[in-house]
Amino acid sequence: MNSRDEILTRIRKAQPASRPLPEIPTFDRGSSTSIETFKAALLRMGGRFVDAPTDGNLDAQIRGLFPDAKVICSAVPEVKGNRPIERVRTPQELADVDVGIVRALFGVAETGSLWLSEAQFKIDAIGFLVQHLVVLLDPDAIVANLHQAYRHEGFFTARYAVFMTGPSATADIEGVLIHGAQGIRTMTVIPARL
Amino acid sequence: MTVGLFIPCYVDAFFPEVGIATLELLERFGIDVAYPLDQTCCGQPMANSGCHDDAAATERLFVKNFAEFDHVVGPSGSCVHHIREHLTAIAQTPQVKKVRATTYELVEFLHDVVKVQDFPWAEFRHTVGLHNGCSTLRGLREAKTSEINEPDFSKPMDLLSKVKGIQFAKPERPDECCGFGGTFSVYEEPVSARMGYDKVKDHHRAGAEYIVSADMSCMMHQRGCAERLGLPIKFIHIAQVLNGARE
Amino acid sequence: MKRIDHAEASSKFIRAKDHVEFHDRRLWDLRQKRDRESEHLAEWEELRSLASAIKEHTLANLAGYLEEFERNAIKNGAHVHWARDAAEHNQVVFDILSSHGVGTLVKSKSMLTDECDMRPFLEQRGIEVMETDLGERIQQLDDEPPSHIVVPAVHKLKTDVARVFAGTIGTDPKNSDIHYLAESQRQHTRPYFLRAEAGMTGANFAVAETGSVVVCTNEGNADLSVNLPKLYIASIGIEKIIPRIEHLGVFVRMLSRSALGSPITQLTSHFRAPRDGTEMHIVLVDNGRAERLGMADFWYSLKCIRCGACMNTCPVYRRSGGLSYGATYSGPIGVIIDPTFNLRKYSMLPFASTLNGSCTSVCPVKINIHEQIYKWRQVISERNQLPMVKKEAMQIAGKVLASPKLYRAAVGTAGTGLEHLPRFMLYNRLNAWGRQREVPEAPQFTFREWYLKNRVKKRAKP
Repeated sequence: MNSRDEILTRIRKAQPASRPLPEIPTFDRGSSTSIETFKAALLRMGGRFVDAPTDGNLDAQIRGLFPDAKVICSAVPEVKGNRPIERVRTPQELADVDVGIVRALFGVAETGSLWLSEAQFKIDAIGFLVQHLVVLLDPDAIVANLHQAYRHEGFFTARYAVFMTGPSATADIEGVLIHGAQGIRTMTVIPARL
Repeated sequence: MTVGLFIPCYVDAFFPEVGIATLELLERFGIDVAYPLDQTCCGQPMANSGCHDDAAATERLFVKNFAEFDHVVGPSGSCVHHIREHLTAIAQTPQVKKVRATTYELVEFLHDVVKVQDFPWAEFRHTVGLHNGCSTLRGLREAKTSEINEPDFSKPMDLLSKVKGIQFAKPERPDECCGFGGTFSVYEEPVSARMGYDKVKDHHRAGAEYIVSADMSCMMHQRGCAERLGLPIKFIHIAQVLNGARE
Repeated sequence: MKRIDHAEASSKFIRAKDHVEFHDRRLWDLRQKRDRESEHLAEWEELRSLASAIKEHTLANLAGYLEEFERNAIKNGAHVHWARDAAEHNQVVFDILSSHGVGTLVKSKSMLTDECDMRPFLEQRGIEVMETDLGERIQQLDDEPPSHIVVPAVHKLKTDVARVFAGTIGTDPKNSDIHYLAESQRQHTRPYFLRAEAGMTGANFAVAETGSVVVCTNEGNADLSVNLPKLYIASIGIEKIIPRIEHLGVFVRMLSRSALGSPITQLTSHFRAPRDGTEMHIVLVDNGRAERLGMADFWYSLKCIRCGACMNTCPVYRRSGGLSYGATYSGPIGVIIDPTFNLRKYSMLPFASTLNGSCTSVCPVKINIHEQIYKWRQVISERNQLPMVKKEAMQIAGKVLASPKLYRAAVGTAGTGLEHLPRFMLYNRLNAWGRQREVPEAPQFTFREWYLKNRVKKRAKP
């Protein structure tokens, strides 16, 4: 018997009597899907929120937010940047990017989370290797909570899907909160209709 | 209704005043209380050490002593919790089941069965810190625990708040275990003492002159810690306060 | 096999005053943060019941769900391997790495890989392993196992970390600024992400209906470990399976709230299929889990989602530190799992508990931890693993307390003083009680003596 069969045989012999799987409610009665609720949750997790520029010039706004940035790489048509993502062949090439720009497919008001997959990242590593991430979010694309979020068909089709909630963080040394652990140092969300 | 008075072994041996107060308190409500003279212990020390077989004869003796009563009442949450939840070293005859199901800790008996509304004779003009032992709290569910999201309730508090002049000081960690834990207090003495020290310091910092509890076992340990630390904090059982002790 | 002496180890931990005080305060703070989160969700207790029910159903049908997971993972283009024990797991992982010419492996935190002792196995065979989680990295550099399953270096102060880093990655030994230390680890680790040929994660959850591997981190190190190299290995304990994506709503809402008191981890990653031109390998590991599934009193421990809430709330753990347990899994969950790895070695752990039950009350999947601790004590006693002193004391106590006459003789007061205190109550370790506590005085009379004198009518002698 190979390992697989041996393990499955052991398990079948040991399994306790079956009991039913419960129905899962969505717990979203009276829950908000507003951008304000989302923003409060995002800020609590260390993210930043910047209103869209009145003149619609996201490139200029981003250069203003990150004046010291040398390499700006955008995965969205609304922002040009100076490192075209179509020309990036390997994820490692993003290592010197100061600011990455992506668009989340949707947000979650309960937690301030953003959902992205390879379709949004173009290159998955852009969400983690760059120093600072700017995320565009359509205010109409916000669900109330994680129960709602986990109904999204993207979980069945995307190879890689992630909820990003604020910047990377750690409190491993004496419980002191550090933003910018191994991944992005800052996350800035800008509301922008698709 | 007949009540068999169950006096735990350590109360019998070290804190008879708690047994006396319990008896007197029950008698004040006109309850027909008798103390079976041949009782010894509930079996918890052996059972909690995993020594099921060594607990059996003691458990059998307990049931024999208390079989005739409508209720069994004892001033110890941990012992009563053992009787209701863990008296399983012996065959579960109808008699055993009945005794187990009708054994109450003093506070829950007064609160749920006698439904006491008032203690007119009681007066305790001191600031007290209430200590709910873990068996009383999480075992017998006599009060809301800080871990569970549920409405606030407290049977000991309901009774104590009827005592004239009493004031309460709340420690920073109201329901963290004090570290007695039976033989834990001896076999894991370093952590046990540390927990006890933390507990009494917490109550002292909150301003408690007395620690009051339905569990003398916890207080025996806390008192030992407080005395070694030289903390001026006193200990009294809830039965004594409810029975009219002034100090 | 020497028994782990938790009491002895804890006394060392307690003697380090600054450390034990910080450790206790820090973890109690996490417990309080958990409380605040649980109070904000009206449905908290309902979520606990749902989480528990999902896990119990899944474990009762585990074989079927594992097969479903495997089917879908293979359909997604992943490779699925099965390992009966730690040794097989390590060999499987090594074979995958060496067949792909891997020299450097970057990995995120996985208790399973610690349980299997994978790192030394790989390093001895020439594979460089970089722990990318800050806490695990500190412990790797200090050659110590992690002490807590969520915050691995919680027992260390910043000065300890400064010392470790100075001696290994070349930081300034005099600089214990936490931002400096964290930034130093980030900069030192980053090149490894870029050049590693393989990345490895554990799994918080594995979803049967999609074949997805779900990893929750705050540092982003799992995503970097997977999204850069061309080879990804996920090591998964067979108990991590959950049936459906929708169930993640329940578990993800509870995990970080229970662990750290935050609504969600900064990254919640779902790896379903490999990127084009890369490979994904999944290793499903038994290592005693199937056996535990068959233990009527202990299989609930398999519901564990490794949140660490039980450790944070445990007053014993907070004052003794995870390393005092001498096992990969410490604290309350460790106490009920470790005896299945080695009964004799861990036979004292179930006694490192006051049975206070706080762990059971915070467990998001409602494992009856303190009840299992109680049951383990019975197993240990039955299998003759109790220390002789204790076993004898209990036999004596059992006899004395079963006899009204013997009991009265033991308890009757012949005066005050230590030598008259009943032996059975203090079990010949009187000096242990009295080390840091005053011993209670024996009173003038027992309750029984008082009762006979004051309540029982005296009959005149005939």
